[in-house]
Amino acid sequence: MSATLAAGPARDARVADQLSRRRRRASNMVKLLCLVATGIGLAFLALILATLLWLGVSGLSLTVFTRPTLPPGSGGGLLNAIVGSLIQTALGTAIGTPIGLMVGTYLSEYARGSTLGNVVRFVSDVLLSAPSILIGLFVYEVAVQPMGGFTGLAGSLALAVIVIPIVVRTTEDMLALIPVSLREAAVALGAPKWKSIVFVCYRAALDGIATGVLLAIARVAGETAPLLFTSLGNLNWSVSLGQPMASLPVTIYQYAGSAFDDWVQLAWVGALLITFGVLALNIVARVVLRKRT
Amino acid sequence: MSQSAALSASPPIRRAGAASPGDRIFSLIAHGAGLFVLVLLGAIIVSLFIGGLPALRAFGLPFLWDSDWDPVQQVFGAAVPIYGTIVTSVIALIIAVPLAFGIAFWLTELAPAWLRRPVGTAIELLAAVPSIIYGMWGFFMIVPFMASWIQPPVIDAVGDIPVLSTLFAGPPFGTGILTAAIILAVMIIPFVAATMRDVFLTVPPVFKESAYGVGCTTWEVMRSIVLPYTRVSVVGGIMLGLGRALGETMAVTFVIGNTNRISASLFGPGNTIASLVALEFPESQAGSLKLSSLLALGFILFVISFIVLAISRLLLRPRSGS
Amino acid sequence: MNFITKALAVTLAGFTLAAPAALRAQQITGAGATFPAPVYAKWGEAAKAAIGIELNYQAIGSGGGQNQILNRTVDFGASDAPMDPAKLTSGNLLQFPAVMGAVVPIVNLPGIAADQLKLTGEILADIYAGTITKWNDPKLVELNHGLTLPNIAIAPVYRADGSGTTFVFTSYLSAVSPEWKSKVGASTSVKWAAGNGAKGNDGVAATVRQVRGGIGYVENAYATQNKLTTAQLRNKSGAFVKPTLEAFAAAAANGDWKNAPNFAVDLIDTQGATSWPIVSATFILLPKDAKDPARSANVMKFFDWAYKNGGKIAADLEYIALPEAVQNAVRAAWAANVKS
Repeated sequence: MSATLAAGPARDARVADQLSRRRRRASNMVKLLCLVATGIGLAFLALILATLLWLGVSGLSLTVFTRPTLPPGSGGGLLNAIVGSLIQTALGTAIGTPIGLMVGTYLSEYARGSTLGNVVRFVSDVLLSAPSILIGLFVYEVAVQPMGGFTGLAGSLALAVIVIPIVVRTTEDMLALIPVSLREAAVALGAPKWKSIVFVCYRAALDGIATGVLLAIARVAGETAPLLFTSLGNLNWSVSLGQPMASLPVTIYQYAGSAFDDWVQLAWVGALLITFGVLALNIVARVVLRKRT
Repeated sequence: MSQSAALSASPPIRRAGAASPGDRIFSLIAHGAGLFVLVLLGAIIVSLFIGGLPALRAFGLPFLWDSDWDPVQQVFGAAVPIYGTIVTSVIALIIAVPLAFGIAFWLTELAPAWLRRPVGTAIELLAAVPSIIYGMWGFFMIVPFMASWIQPPVIDAVGDIPVLSTLFAGPPFGTGILTAAIILAVMIIPFVAATMRDVFLTVPPVFKESAYGVGCTTWEVMRSIVLPYTRVSVVGGIMLGLGRALGETMAVTFVIGNTNRISASLFGPGNTIASLVALEFPESQAGSLKLSSLLALGFILFVISFIVLAISRLLLRPRSGS
Repeated sequence: MNFITKALAVTLAGFTLAAPAALRAQQITGAGATFPAPVYAKWGEAAKAAIGIELNYQAIGSGGGQNQILNRTVDFGASDAPMDPAKLTSGNLLQFPAVMGAVVPIVNLPGIAADQLKLTGEILADIYAGTITKWNDPKLVELNHGLTLPNIAIAPVYRADGSGTTFVFTSYLSAVSPEWKSKVGASTSVKWAAGNGAKGNDGVAATVRQVRGGIGYVENAYATQNKLTTAQLRNKSGAFVKPTLEAFAAAAANGDWKNAPNFAVDLIDTQGATSWPIVSATFILLPKDAKDPARSANVMKFFDWAYKNGGKIAADLEYIALPEAVQNAVRAAWAANVKS
């Protein structure tokens, strides 16, 4: 008797209870899947780093840093590749940073809300994600072919093109964070606009902009595709910008595909160096940025 | 008081735009830099187009859908690499988006506060690993794994089931379309996850709190509040990932099997525009039809990426309120 | 920071180490083929010590090497394929061979050891054309009576990057199979009808190693160094030969050097019972009228030294030195053609 009588509210409560249990179960299921997804992401990073350590550390020795690439069996190192990477990355950054800085300044200080500014911002964002191999093809067309040969300079130019949009993005973002009161104070002191930008805004945004430059360095230091058709790589010792120039990523690419065990070993050492160097730069950049925010 | 004193003591304030030669020069440089970016993009497009012109002239519009790539006969068509580029990228998205969503969800709603930053950074570091490293790692680790653990059992399991048996056919090389897509997925997860996390964080807490207040579970809040609110930007983030995947070169080159044939099987080999250019360019002679065809392929890749990135940018625009 | 200072210190150390050597030696520059790059580098190292000529060789690919020497941006070009005679004339170039190499087939078949499997050029062509698809194909079984060939699919692997190795291998297939010649042809990259591509020798070798039933082709140096499972090939006289240095040398000796214009000798499928059928020379392109004849003279001095003293180095890296008669013919050609 009670069964039919107690139907109303009690059943509703039971149904509600069931429903909420099902809902909670669904929610917990999703939570678990999210945890798994994050675990998979982290596992990939761990696997990559473990592989590099496992295959790279055994080949790590002083000669890697003191000797240039040599023919197989001669006990060569990676000195010219490391130096070539440093030179091209430094030069690429040196060319790209001022341009990127000025574009970011233009977007933040001169072109707020203007159509042209929006177009420039859009184009810069497209360049930020444009396939890097196409930048290499472009520099091949405009620099390598006319100059008649692959050069370290062409490689640096290709890297500079990649640096620009990265610096643009961070510069604009960082300048936008500067409080209006700071600018007003500078103007109130009678400083011309350019002085207030350079001495007040840049200074205030310095660590933020530096972060952008660090990230740009980290990005281009590991680039292979844009260098294949520009600086090409060089198995001899050469620091001339007018000659083909070695770089770590391209040397890794050449050595990983070679017939000789010592070259393949060096490829893994190079991979270890470049990856941990790039990751370290990223972490430093993040620490700098965290201090700020 | 002091303000008026300063005013009377110093010369009249120069207003922005009005003037001093320093200002004019600086503004000129800034505007010039802005224009330079436009010129740069224009130059990239034009140079690739001009470089590809001889091939486009020789083969005409059918270049786009001709699947022949025969260096001996000097016949070149773009269909196979275009197909490979799009298929690998789309499969990569299918794999990456659910994972990236899970990661972003976990990072914004579920993770204990002290874990959010380190785990978020670790995921972002995945994006910083140079692509050639993904290539080597993929070739020496993922390819053997696929060849011995994934492909043989799958090929055996699908047996003679009509559609599946063509989709998963062929000898277990380990390389191929699916392997390339998996590597690409790992590479774009951090981009998609980071964008999703950032847009999830833009949802005003009051929306979520009121939903929790009426008894919604975490998943319901995500599904009915956060996702609808951020829908447009989430799609923008996915398009950003797609843009990345389309142009990836070194990683794909190592693992895709590099074959200029369209294969119905996901385990079959293929080619992408970027990998074909990287592999064939060094042995192409200046002024040859082959070189021109490669540049034309570059032009096509640029157009595809441009469209995808433009869509991504338009969808993400509301976020970067300028 | 510490890393950067260290790197700088190392860089500076490198500069000071490299500077005096560079001042002493006379430099010659060359560019081109990747296939002989290791042996050129090794010769360069030894020649610098022996005769004070430093070689700066850029392995940019044969096509690039031909371009560079036509534009005279280097002292010599290097190419795996002989240059088109018309281009040699118009570019006023002398072509001569530097060293030779062999290409060998490698396989992955359970229970079959190195040099057990017997293959012919026609069968290789059929495999790469996709017409022979199983290892227990009657044609293969007929050749290999003592072996049990499994019923598994053949997985052909080829070089995905444009390469001299592919040029040599497809030249061989074209020489032995008219059908291959008309349908595919020979080039640094061709339109493959079957199989998977892989980047570089190691890519091919690793893929073959991973795939049961795999077959590929690599430079001999690579096969030897990595102890890959090679196969025997039937040569023109009908004998099956194993890929050994002796068989390569026999092929080189049997080449028709006298009647080859521009030394563009065809070492593919040569006569002789002991000849390995896939052998090829790699070539140097030298201007006959260099702006600075002293540089051309140094190039000739370098290769003269390499002919005389580089045989051991070449053999260590599994390349084959030129027969003495050919060396002398090249020297005669230098004397007759190159202004110095």
